[in-house]
Amino acid sequence: MAEILILAEHDGGAVKKVTTELLTVARELGEPSVVWAGPGGEEAAGRLGEFGAAKVYIADSPDFADYVVAPKAELLAALAREKAPGAVLVAASQEGREVAGRLAVKTGWGVLTDVTGLSADLIAEQPIFGGAITVSSRACSGVPIIAIRPNAIAAEPAPGPAVLEKVEFAVPDAAKGARVTERVRKERGSRPELTEAAIVVSGGRGVGSGENFNLIEGLADALHAAVGASRAAVDAGWYPHQFQVGQTGKTVSPQLYIAVGISGAIQHRAGMQTSKAIMVINNDPEAPIFELADYGVVGDLFNVVPQLTTEINKRAQEG
Amino acid sequence: MNITVCVKQVPDTGLDRELRAGDSTVDREAVEAVINELDEFAIEEGLQLAQKHGGEVTILSMGPDQAAESIRKALAMGGDKGVHVSDPALHGSDALVTSAVLAAALARTGFDLVILGSESTDARTGILAAMLAERLGVPQLTFADGVEIDGQSVRVRRLADYGYDMVEADLPAVVSVVEKTNEPRYPSFKGIMAAKKKPIEVLTLADLELTADQAGLGASATEVTEFRKRPPRQVGTIVEDEGKGGIEAAGFLTTQKFI
Ligand SMILES: Cc1cc2nc3c(=O)[nH]c(=O)nc-3n(C[C@H](O)[C@H](O)[C@H](O)COP(=O)(O)OP(=O)(O)OC[C@H]3O[C@@H](n4cnc5c(N)ncnc54)[C@H](O)[C@@H]3O)c2cc1C
Ligand SMILES: Nc1ncnc2c1ncn2[C@@H]1O[C@H](COP(=O)(O)O)[C@@H](O)[C@H]1O
Repeated sequence: MAEILILAEHDGGAVKKVTTELLTVARELGEPSVVWAGPGGEEAAGRLGEFGAAKVYIADSPDFADYVVAPKAELLAALAREKAPGAVLVAASQEGREVAGRLAVKTGWGVLTDVTGLSADLIAEQPIFGGAITVSSRACSGVPIIAIRPNAIAAEPAPGPAVLEKVEFAVPDAAKGARVTERVRKERGSRPELTEAAIVVSGGRGVGSGENFNLIEGLADALHAAVGASRAAVDAGWYPHQFQVGQTGKTVSPQLYIAVGISGAIQHRAGMQTSKAIMVINNDPEAPIFELADYGVVGDLFNVVPQLTTEINKRAQEG
Repeated sequence: MNITVCVKQVPDTGLDRELRAGDSTVDREAVEAVINELDEFAIEEGLQLAQKHGGEVTILSMGPDQAAESIRKALAMGGDKGVHVSDPALHGSDALVTSAVLAAALARTGFDLVILGSESTDARTGILAAMLAERLGVPQLTFADGVEIDGQSVRVRRLADYGYDMVEADLPAVVSVVEKTNEPRYPSFKGIMAAKKKPIEVLTLADLELTADQAGLGASATEVTEFRKRPPRQVGTIVEDEGKGGIEAAGFLTTQKFI
């Protein structure tokens, strides 16, 4: 069975959910091997094994964090050349896609980004034009490099032992051009990550202020959801940029997306249109976002949201 | 300083975009074509840097004949000259081929700084900047909110999932910018008039010493085998809040098993 290489997404130890999704896909294609760049690989092996990783290649060096993207692409290219895998899978995150792009240039292999489904014969599904059209596509030259959208495929465990293999790898100087001089992490508290969450509650201009985002956070917490924001809310400084949903923010595909005080501009839709269910709270019945709603409330969010939050908490307690 | 901004012409995102039935490529005739709106931020960043540090801004675009309109618009914003890679053999090129062609054009014209938009609104791969950096063997400073030049080095704030990184590199380099970095200017009447006289060099594949079998659909490492329109969403339930809207919404969440 062909080996399938998976680039792990992690933050220095904790395996990101998308990596378990990639493993779930990879098992259908061949024997999954995880490529772990940076610290924490040994600790993560158990978790990776739970989802069917047969091998974990660990290359630990500070270079992977100290220089932008290129070192990871070098590592992945070196392993891909050596192992001749059946496919290379990465997360369709900002960094995952960039690694995939550089790997494609190095190898001449075809790269598909933002894939939401992959068949055993490597035909990929990609939603395009904000989800209006779905294309089936394939990488027809070399080993397919596939970037899979987080949360598009449900992770399923398939426990087994993962064999660790240390990789001696020195990052070449040519990959050390762009130096990270400072890393600034904004904590998101205990909420799930935006692209991984089963439920996302987003606020827009209608929320009115940064302080009022308490309402959005309250609703999100009642549902164990992540918080998102429209560009209007981010540009106003009410919520940090990394929570922006849309064309130039995150693309999310949760089970449920709740849009509060968001009009539904095409650029916002581009980031949430493939959500499974959509709920809308907006006081303007003409807002285009209602076209997407499975359930919509025409009303003032300052009345509807607190009432909804209280009711959810009540029902949750009653169990 | 020699700044080149990569600009793509795309179908207007506000209209119903289509793929062509025959070869599953983007239908560039059905819908009005515009500058990729994210590239306007790249153009503005280039113009501001040139203003501050001196130098010329070149607008580079690969695309069919009509892409010249987008180059002309970028020149009306203030770009100095254009380079238009246009060749029928380029039709259907994927990201891998596009990056090879743009890299060849950049190598030919020379550059200190290449600026791209963070993604194109039609392809939405967001990987071209990384691919160009790889091909040209220069540092990659992508998803930048703010670009500073200091002598021979460039410094950006790279937005990331967890916050941001400050990133530094020596020139020459490839940068892509996000839409928060600046406020693109509108072309003035004077700018539009001046743009008519600015030079646009048209390059074919042969000028770049590439052959037809290295470009277009045939050379692309990916192919679309099939496409279909997403079925229209079922019309949902819309209720007017008459005091119990929140409780009713909770009812929906309960029946859908979210609570
Ligand atoms: C290059 C580019 C990139 C972009 N990228 C993105 C992106 O990634 N993500 C994104 O979101 N946008 C993006 N946009 C912006 C997009 O075009 C819209 O401007 C933006 O999405 C609007 O945000 P909004 O819906 O919050 O604000 P508005 O359009 O102002 O809508 C606010 C809504 O709130 C409702 N409202 C007001 N008060 C209340 C109340 N008390 N109760 C209930 N409802 C209320 C109003 O009826 C209205 O429908 C981009 C634009 C450009 C040009
Ligand atoms: N055909 C093209 N000509 C010039 N620049 C392009 C072309 N295609 C993409 N780009 C640049 O690459 C960026 C990212 O595009 P993409 O990787 O397609 O999402 C765009 O914002 C442009 O700056």
